[in-house]
Amino acid sequence: MDKPKIPHMPTFQLDIEKLDIRPGDFDAAEASDKESLVILRDSVGFWKEGLSRLRRNPIAMISLVFVIIFLIGAFVVPEIYPYSYEHMDKLSPHLYPMQYSAAEEELRAAGEFVFPHIMGTDALGRDTMIRLLMGSRISLLVGIVAGTIILVIGSIYGAVAGYFGGRVDTVMMRIVDIIYSVPDILIIIILQVTLKFPLTRLAESVSVFAWINKVGVSLISIFIVFALLYWVGMARIVRGQILSLKQQEFVTAAKALGASNGRIIRRHLLTNCIGTLIVTTTLQIPSSIFTESFLSFIGIGVAAPMPSLGSLASDAMDGVTTYPHRLLSAAIWISLIILSFNLLGDGLRDAFDPRLKKDKS
Amino acid sequence: MISYRKAKRYGDDTDMAKYIGKRLIYAVITLWIISVITFTLMQLVPGNPFLSEKAPSAATTAALEAKYGLDKPVLQQYLTYMGGALTGDLGPSIKHRGLTVNDIIAQGFPVSARLGGVALAVAVVLGLVLGSVAALKRGKWQDNVILVFATGGISMPGFLTSTILLLSIGVAFKLTFGLGSWQHYILPTAALSLYPMSYITRLTRSSMLDIMGQDYMRTAKAKGLAQPKVLFKHALRNAVLPVITYLGPALAYTLTGSFVVEKVFTVPGLGNEFISSILNRNYPMIMGTTLFLALLIITMNVIVDIIYKIVDPRITFK
Repeated sequence: MDKPKIPHMPTFQLDIEKLDIRPGDFDAAEASDKESLVILRDSVGFWKEGLSRLRRNPIAMISLVFVIIFLIGAFVVPEIYPYSYEHMDKLSPHLYPMQYSAAEEELRAAGEFVFPHIMGTDALGRDTMIRLLMGSRISLLVGIVAGTIILVIGSIYGAVAGYFGGRVDTVMMRIVDIIYSVPDILIIIILQVTLKFPLTRLAESVSVFAWINKVGVSLISIFIVFALLYWVGMARIVRGQILSLKQQEFVTAAKALGASNGRIIRRHLLTNCIGTLIVTTTLQIPSSIFTESFLSFIGIGVAAPMPSLGSLASDAMDGVTTYPHRLLSAAIWISLIILSFNLLGDGLRDAFDPRLKKDKS
Repeated sequence: MISYRKAKRYGDDTDMAKYIGKRLIYAVITLWIISVITFTLMQLVPGNPFLSEKAPSAATTAALEAKYGLDKPVLQQYLTYMGGALTGDLGPSIKHRGLTVNDIIAQGFPVSARLGGVALAVAVVLGLVLGSVAALKRGKWQDNVILVFATGGISMPGFLTSTILLLSIGVAFKLTFGLGSWQHYILPTAALSLYPMSYITRLTRSSMLDIMGQDYMRTAKAKGLAQPKVLFKHALRNAVLPVITYLGPALAYTLTGSFVVEKVFTVPGLGNEFISSILNRNYPMIMGTTLFLALLIITMNVIVDIIYKIVDPRITFK
């Protein structure tokens, strides 16, 4: 059949003579010529874009500065501080902030420099400032180590469940559901009370585990508890992300190229949830610190003489009407740490993972 | 009050029954696991609960162990204990002469329940109100004040809130301990509800903001519905859903938070008893209270889940 003719189709012939062609027209384009054709802005990497968004958020930046100050205060300052957290000075108990004991006044009168007790001393003559710093070291350590444990267990578990799907997913998520509905504080208290004995025995009998005593049995059992119970929230969030990510073409491409399951999870899926992982871990830190201080306050946290912010607050309850500054300093310190981590986490979420914004307040 | 009559049309009754059955089975499994964990952990503790500063003679210890059945094999002890627990008998409290764990729970729990119930109610009502106000006044000073307050609230551990309240207002108005009059409820309630209230405020604010951007809200406004009707019928009704899911954790928080609050305000509740039983190493008491509180929290979670399904017709039964 003939092709249908389009009516009024103008016939067109290119007349080379009439075109205005010059020899330079077919030269390779200069860099400047290319630039003028680029309409889009430079493609910005994930980190760069997130960080620039974070930098524009003043609250997040202020809390970041606070977090850095707290980290330096907890891990660097105690090493150079002139007092030690366990050193008791019987001659200077119950000093008020910036007060000197009689002996120290004599030294000062003799022209020597005595480092002031910035926050005073406690009933045993220990410097309160260094105890606050050491206490925040414990709290931050608990937060960071617990956050790391939760990050590792939760992300792997959630990724495996989400990636394999089907029956594996069902069974794995049922386990998560059950752990999720276990009242955590109760189990933490029970583990905390009971784990001390077997851990101490383990540390004493097997030389490989001697480090347990060094770190402190109570601290270890806090970590064990977090590792057992707190990863489920992370696992749920990661699984949700993986479920949608694994449908995408690049995963199919990786599979077609023969990548193993482990490689796909590691290289393609988890790296794509990095924003979620960072945000969830950051928001996990204050909640771990919260729990640890609660345990220390009711008397089953970190063992004496090691201070923790919770146990400092608890100790400060004795004679609080005479020495309110001890309770207030611990209270303000711990609230500021938790607050700055919470605000930093919120800021990171807005910067790196705007999708999460909806379901979490 | 918001009514959810329409929701019933969507859910099939048999689906609902299946769902409830499934949730109950999980609840039973969870409780069983908790009982195994607590019981096993209690076995890890060396020595026996009768040890005190004056160590009793070997004969006395043996007699006491025989009396409490501690000389039997572990599995048999577990079965005996669970048999008792299932019939509602949590065994004797070793440190309280002549009192059973049941007696102590019966004494302490009503006090804690009243305190916790009031605190939870305050948290939900104020949280919803503050969250809605913040969302409606987005970006204005009211929003900022409420946000600062709520963010501060979730950053203050309960023990600090309670001690500071006790030392400032409590000392000033002589409301330091016990629950003698209704005024005595004010401070423990405030201390206990601050965290869940702040959390609910943040939750309500963000879900309200989310909902107010939805198309059906614009439709409702365009239809010419009065502002309050739009708010209550369309916005709050949907914004309340995340708050319902938070009720389970909020209850758990209130119960465990009461440990500290009751200790600080010397309220003779179950939390106070639990803390002292931990410090006294009163193991039957720890175990009994744990099981009781776990049962309570898990039951509440099941109820909350069921309410959620009834309230939100969009959720399919699975």
